[in-house]
Amino acid sequence: MKNLNISRAERLKRFVENNTVPILFVIICAIGIPLSGYSMNYLINEIFVRLSRNAFLILSLLIPIMAGMGLNFGMTLGAMAAEIGLIIICNLGVVGIPGMILAAIISTPISIFLGWMCGNLLNMAKGREMVTSYIIGFFVNGVYQLVVLYMMGSIIPIANSALVLSRGYGIRNTVNLTGIRKQLDGLIPLRIAGINIPIATLLVIALLCVFILWFRKTKLGQDMRAVGQDMEVARASGIKVERTRIISIIMSTVFAGYGMIIYLQNIGTLNTYNSHTQVGMFSIAALLVGGASVAKANIRNVFLGVVLFHLMFVISPMAGKNLIGEAQLGEYFRVFVSYGVITVSLVLYEVRKKRELSYEGDELAAEQKEDK
Amino acid sequence: MNEQKTPLLEMRHIRKNFFGNQVLHDVNFILHEGEILGLVGENGAGKSTLMNILFAMDSIKNTGGYEGEMLIDGQVVNFESSLDALNQGIGMVHQEFSLIPDFTATENIVLNREPQKRSLFSDLFGDRMDVLDRAKMDEISKNAINRLGVPLESDMPVNQMPVGHKQFTEIARELSKDSGENAKKIRLLVLDEPTAVLSEKEAENLLTAMKKLSSEGVAIIFISHRLQEIIDVCDSIMVMRDGKIIQQVENKNVEINSIANWMVGREVAVKENTKRAFDYDKAPVDLSIKHLWVNMPGEVVRDVNIDVHKGEILGIGGLAGQGKLGIPNGVMGLYPAGGEVTFQGQPLKLNSPRFLLDSGLAFVSEDRRGVGLLLDESLEWNVSFGAMQVRDDFLKKFGPITWRDQEAIEEVTAKYIKDLEIRCTSSKQHAKELSGGNQQKICLAKAFAMNPKLLFVSEPTRGIDIGAKQLVLNTLRKYNQENGVTIVMISSELEELRSICDRIAIITDGKVHGILPASSPSSDFGLLMVGKGSDK
Repeated sequence: MKNLNISRAERLKRFVENNTVPILFVIICAIGIPLSGYSMNYLINEIFVRLSRNAFLILSLLIPIMAGMGLNFGMTLGAMAAEIGLIIICNLGVVGIPGMILAAIISTPISIFLGWMCGNLLNMAKGREMVTSYIIGFFVNGVYQLVVLYMMGSIIPIANSALVLSRGYGIRNTVNLTGIRKQLDGLIPLRIAGINIPIATLLVIALLCVFILWFRKTKLGQDMRAVGQDMEVARASGIKVERTRIISIIMSTVFAGYGMIIYLQNIGTLNTYNSHTQVGMFSIAALLVGGASVAKANIRNVFLGVVLFHLMFVISPMAGKNLIGEAQLGEYFRVFVSYGVITVSLVLYEVRKKRELSYEGDELAAEQKEDK
Repeated sequence: MNEQKTPLLEMRHIRKNFFGNQVLHDVNFILHEGEILGLVGENGAGKSTLMNILFAMDSIKNTGGYEGEMLIDGQVVNFESSLDALNQGIGMVHQEFSLIPDFTATENIVLNREPQKRSLFSDLFGDRMDVLDRAKMDEISKNAINRLGVPLESDMPVNQMPVGHKQFTEIARELSKDSGENAKKIRLLVLDEPTAVLSEKEAENLLTAMKKLSSEGVAIIFISHRLQEIIDVCDSIMVMRDGKIIQQVENKNVEINSIANWMVGREVAVKENTKRAFDYDKAPVDLSIKHLWVNMPGEVVRDVNIDVHKGEILGIGGLAGQGKLGIPNGVMGLYPAGGEVTFQGQPLKLNSPRFLLDSGLAFVSEDRRGVGLLLDESLEWNVSFGAMQVRDDFLKKFGPITWRDQEAIEEVTAKYIKDLEIRCTSSKQHAKELSGGNQQKICLAKAFAMNPKLLFVSEPTRGIDIGAKQLVLNTLRKYNQENGVTIVMISSELEELRSICDRIAIITDGKVHGILPASSPSSDFGLLMVGKGSDK
């Protein structure tokens, strides 16, 4: 209302201030692409691979943000549930799309239980959801190791000896997922101008996008938005705040599990004890690169984030090699950048809140001048 | 039966005490269908408590309930929760907005009562997967807005609305509550200071809307400090003071002056010997505030101009939320502020607490547990902390290393404990273990230890008992007289300001509405507080 009379320069300044991270990445990529020397064809191909691999995982983060719970670092819980599902289907020897569906079915109750537990814990730590969910991730990782490393093969029978460590129990460090490798990606093959497009995976992702858009229109979605903005007002109007928050975390965990299955079918091997630890951080970094904040994220942020963040992933080793003759540098660069992005975004969020206050002050001063 | 005669609401012999403190004494009143009752009184007169009883708020239940009885349609009722009140068709609009900022007016009006349509997933996952019926939501909200008869865009997000429209959204929400399937029609609406935040034009719209509702048979209890509005719109007027109903009259030939008198009426005997004649001609201007604005949430200050003379005690009064607390908090840099402030001829850099402290200003905050004290530290620390930080007092130097001067700290703490009669076991006791009054004295001691040239004291007697109150006030007066320190004291209690100040400025709507000598009759101040009276 009062913002109408701000100048164009001021508006541009605010646009840059509000989109610092994406703009920075556009610049990095614009400089990096010519340096890396990759062909456009190769890059577009890579973008499709990354998009189909990561988008579902990142989309799973949107619902807790809507419910005001910030970035769900606890999505690794879903990833672990999915990994258990995948180990079981490998053991049973179920392959192809049925194998993936069975893994998803097995992961669901585990995800729901873990999500319910995480949601309850987060309700006890309101206002500190992010750091709490981050630590819960580490804690559950320990439980996961107990199950996979000690109980599988000893208490839980594992028939497939290729899965088991040579000592007789515990799952090997890497599990070959040949049975489901690229099964979804290659379900509907399409190749345009040398670019492979994983139609089936993109369709599944599109389906989730449609679901999220539709979900915002449901009663539960509306309640989540209300809870996310003001818990006390929502409570006063009779919305069950705690329950709503738990449901949002459960949904996020379940979707993260499905996302992990899609992610691993693309990669083709399961890194039993490491895959899930990195997934959470890279997904969150990608979402933030897409311009999301702790309190606000949409589907556009997801896709922009995947493209920009993973483009940087792809080009940085080569760019580093061509620039300094050291591919290691690029490798180092991308890990350092993902932590950096998360840090910057978290800090910027607070800075922005303060800035809003100072705008209010400016308006007050301007109003006073008008009065005179 | 003549239904006209049965009152909608009747309260009989309502009494309430909080921990032995009697806040309501035998309150009786009657409200008829379609009647607009104006309820006025100073802060703390018992208005909110009375309304909380009507709505069976937890704050009443948890403190032992109330005595007396409440009748609706002639039947004694006992509400278990505010939901019961709602089911009887009683709605309330609180002073603080209870709105979701990013939601539109419609979404807020039907919050958690949204009409829904079954969806594909409803059968699978339950009713919460129903889709919202936007068309019906719009219909309900438009109906409610039309009933109010105000220009309110139903699809505008609340955070972009002018404040008046937020208020209308709240009222529309209460009205729309009779659109549900089994809800009763709204029959009684309580509006708690709805016009306090509104511009004149918006307030006019609201008053028209209230009259419209009343003609439809909705009774309204209208709490307001703007007496002109009360006179303009109400059928009857009820004035409360100190937990009693002082006057209940029909609104016929009632004058603002008499209401203001009933409101503040209590003539506390101000001892003549405490009065002094302050010679303004001899005292130069110490602190000059020009065009000050402060963005303190809930206490916004707009374009304030005051000159404070050297050695005087200036009182700043006014009703809650009008901006009086914003002035010291803004000048001392705790909230974003702007304007020109000069102190002893030097311009002050605002928004920089350190600079202001270095300039010789000190501030005793109204938030003593948050801003004023280090709760988990000893009294010695609390008293000496400010001076140590700002003035490098109580420190010893050995070469490059600076040490605390424990002896000096103990000495000064002991002095203030004695002077201010602070009740404590020793100077090593932790600040949080003291009572409110003694904590306040520690805050004062901390400020005194900084040897300020000018002292802001905000709500120095809030939440402390009468004995301690008198001592705090005497201490301030004594400190002012003995050291010639200029004091600016902010308080909600007019009588307290009148007892020690030389002049009192009344802040209304974020601006200085008038400055009067403390000896002026209290009804003059009452008029200023409610936005009437002369401008200077």
